[in-house]
Amino acid sequence: MSQENIEIPITGKITSVNVKVGDKVGEGDVVCLLESMKMENPILAPVAGTVAKIELAVGQVVEAGDLVAIIEY
Amino acid sequence: MFGLYETAFGSLSWGNIIMFLIAGLLIYLGIARKMEPILLVPIGFGILMVNLPLGGMMVYSAEGFPAEVPTLGGLIQAIGRGEIGLLNILYTYGIESEVIPLLIFLGVGAMTDFRPTIARPVSFLFGAAAQLGVFIVFIIAYVSGMFTVNEAACVGIIGGSDGPPTVFLTAALAPRLLGPITLVAYSYMALVPILQPPIIRLLTTKKERAIVMKPQLRQVSKLEEILFPIIVFLVAALLVPKSVPLIGMFMFGNLLRVSGVTDRLAQAAGGVFIDVLTFLLGITVGALMPASVFLTGQTLAIIGLAIVAFAFGTAGGLWTAKLVNLFLKEKINPLIGAAGVSAIPMSARVVQKMGQEANPRNFLLMHAMGPNMAGAVATSVVAGILLGMLM
Repeated sequence: MSQENIEIPITGKITSVNVKVGDKVGEGDVVCLLESMKMENPILAPVAGTVAKIELAVGQVVEAGDLVAIIEY
Repeated sequence: MFGLYETAFGSLSWGNIIMFLIAGLLIYLGIARKMEPILLVPIGFGILMVNLPLGGMMVYSAEGFPAEVPTLGGLIQAIGRGEIGLLNILYTYGIESEVIPLLIFLGVGAMTDFRPTIARPVSFLFGAAAQLGVFIVFIIAYVSGMFTVNEAACVGIIGGSDGPPTVFLTAALAPRLLGPITLVAYSYMALVPILQPPIIRLLTTKKERAIVMKPQLRQVSKLEEILFPIIVFLVAALLVPKSVPLIGMFMFGNLLRVSGVTDRLAQAAGGVFIDVLTFLLGITVGALMPASVFLTGQTLAIIGLAIVAFAFGTAGGLWTAKLVNLFLKEKINPLIGAAGVSAIPMSARVVQKMGQEANPRNFLLMHAMGPNMAGAVATSVVAGILLGMLM
């Protein structure tokens, strides 16, 4: 089984987390919303699979490059 | 003998009533649809003010919006007699004099983070290419015979989709059209998320839009950040002297932001200061649109030509990005060229959204911000070029 890491692309604040560990996601599903530069940016699942790990909480401030989720497929 | 108590109904024209509907639409779009509310709501209310007859907020005649009186004493008397209204004064001394648009640009500079542009200097190429629409529409508008050469330049500059340069150039070259041009410019900036995607889809393949770029840009040093506004100002001032007012204020504001020791000034410039100027600009520009000035064929032509300007601006950016790609080993996503049509940050958001649609791994926002900011610089330079050509 291979896995795909989700990294935060730009520094910002998490405004919603839409999946939890064990959830099945499709390619392009919204994993979480990241508020940055006064915009809400969806972070999408790069592949279809199962969420193996997600370390995010609403309100959390994240830095560019943070590894926040892993999807197994 | 006292006359009858005077109401304004008798003086209302059908044109006024149409303008009420337009004003209502702008206020509705601003409030309910959040389309550039900071500008459209004041502009909408300004339109109401000038189209309510006998109100005297903005006095106008066929010759324009009078407020020039040789002495201060004469000005005060003219105001007392109701020959000059508050908005006449704001217009003449604030906008026609270029004070407000230039000071707004100072505030914009203080709020602009140029790091994405510094991290990828080729952004300037995209920002410049996105001005294609300005020149194409300048030529079309002039050849159409509906506009004088000065007016045509101001219609073209709408394609730069940057407010202060548009107001600056139009106040200098074609003040008669300032109302419709400013309104169309700000409305279309709000409409960028609707206008741009079809053009982008037409000119790029899904494969091109799916090109992944590493999400992070390189780190930019403090020294680079400080040198940037100074160098941009010097280069622009030497190449295009007429761009000095715009670029000078823009870069000065930015220097306040990045110097590290003038945070208070930068916060002031980008805070209440710019807000006050923005609503003064909005309400005054709205008041430049009495029915007799706005409801003309020229306004319709401006509305149509501005779309052409946006389309060619987008195309210019995309084509240049594709061209640059031919020479790059690590390909860039051509979408970021389209962000050179500034409308900060609207077109960068469009690029972000379309890039992500084409490939969920994509996150182009920061890459798009580079051309986005560079586009604002380029529009100011273009305004300077046009001013130099035509004045």
